[in-house]
Amino acid sequence: MSADAPVVRAVNLVKIYQTGGLPVPAVRGVDLTVEAGEFVAIMGPSGSGKSTLVHMLGGLDTRTSGEIWLDGRRADTLSESGWAVLRREKIGFVFQFFNLVANMTVADNVELPALLGGVSPRQARERREYLLGELGLTDRAGASPAQLSGGEQQRVALARALANQPRLLLADEPTGNLDSRNTRDVLRLLGQVHGQGQTIALVTHDARVASMADRVVSLLDGQIVDDGAIPKSRRRPLGGAGDVVELRS
Amino acid sequence: MRQSLLALLAKEPAHGYELKQALETIFGGAYPSPNIGQIYVTLGRLEKDGHVRSVDVEQANRPNKKVYYITATGREALENWVEEPTEGPRVRDEFFMKLVLAPMTGLSDRMALVNRQRRHYLALMRDLRELAERTDPANRVALLLIEGAMLHLQADLDWLERCQEDLP
Repeated sequence: MSADAPVVRAVNLVKIYQTGGLPVPAVRGVDLTVEAGEFVAIMGPSGSGKSTLVHMLGGLDTRTSGEIWLDGRRADTLSESGWAVLRREKIGFVFQFFNLVANMTVADNVELPALLGGVSPRQARERREYLLGELGLTDRAGASPAQLSGGEQQRVALARALANQPRLLLADEPTGNLDSRNTRDVLRLLGQVHGQGQTIALVTHDARVASMADRVVSLLDGQIVDDGAIPKSRRRPLGGAGDVVELRS
Repeated sequence: MRQSLLALLAKEPAHGYELKQALETIFGGAYPSPNIGQIYVTLGRLEKDGHVRSVDVEQANRPNKKVYYITATGREALENWVEEPTEGPRVRDEFFMKLVLAPMTGLSDRMALVNRQRRHYLALMRDLRELAERTDPANRVALLLIEGAMLHLQADLDWLERCQEDLP
């Protein structure tokens, strides 16, 4: 909304699951701000609350208490349909399980959010061609999701999330199902869109993905235990004379 | 480096500078560019051990050059090196020593140590990623070395997480 409001601001965010008898706290008082254009990686052991946190930021899970502000606007008090509108306008989300529309082609899955966002069919097609091209999926455009491998579906989900050039890209383990080569395509695309100003907050345990970020947030037991920039490494830069391998004489 | 020089000499005789160039071409930016002095020191040791011999080759208008070739003993040593299993991953880890010992001295708490180390590993990962991007895609050897280093780094990060979970 306002130009200098952070894209994400979470204040004392809490999530407690009540499964059966005992309440289980998943997120315990998280304060997190993501500025426009920032790329934040969220890391932590399984069960530390990372997925719950990004799901709440995308309105896919309700908060128990605390506040969520997106683009300067209070979001935690929105109804489900209010969230649906907000997501369509501002958020691209990549799930661990891809949630593609089964009876639509890959191309239509990717173009749909852009068309719903109000761009022309030609622009939606061009954006789709660019995204699928970068992800090595050009020749899969006419396929249906069921014909794709898990890794292909995950990349289509990323293309779909970026179709709209959303104010915020949220992702939960976006390379979780990818081999090395496909991960490289995803890293290159994330680097490109981040370079174009895309704000990104994603959960990952993949250090290659996390190393693309400006900032790393580490969670443990539902709380942030570290939040800061990735430093410049203090070693001499790897280069023509790299030192990946230790020389022994 | 002894074995890499022996392996190169098993292919064909060469002088020191040619060996340096061959290592650089094969391993690309993933390998520390060997210093020529180090190569001559190693060749000297190999010669002393009877693994290589050298001959002086006369050159027109230039000083003689010393060409090295592998001996039967050297070839045998190389065969043994190729056949024996290679050491597995290290079990002594300097960071782990700090993590266990430093809190006892009151010098640092574990949370701060782990957090600093995580950021450092990620910085190293960024360097490796950028090195991979700069490396000629046709140089499979260099790229595989870099990928191996990345996988080790990922394992170090996963282990860091386990330390953070399990050490009080």
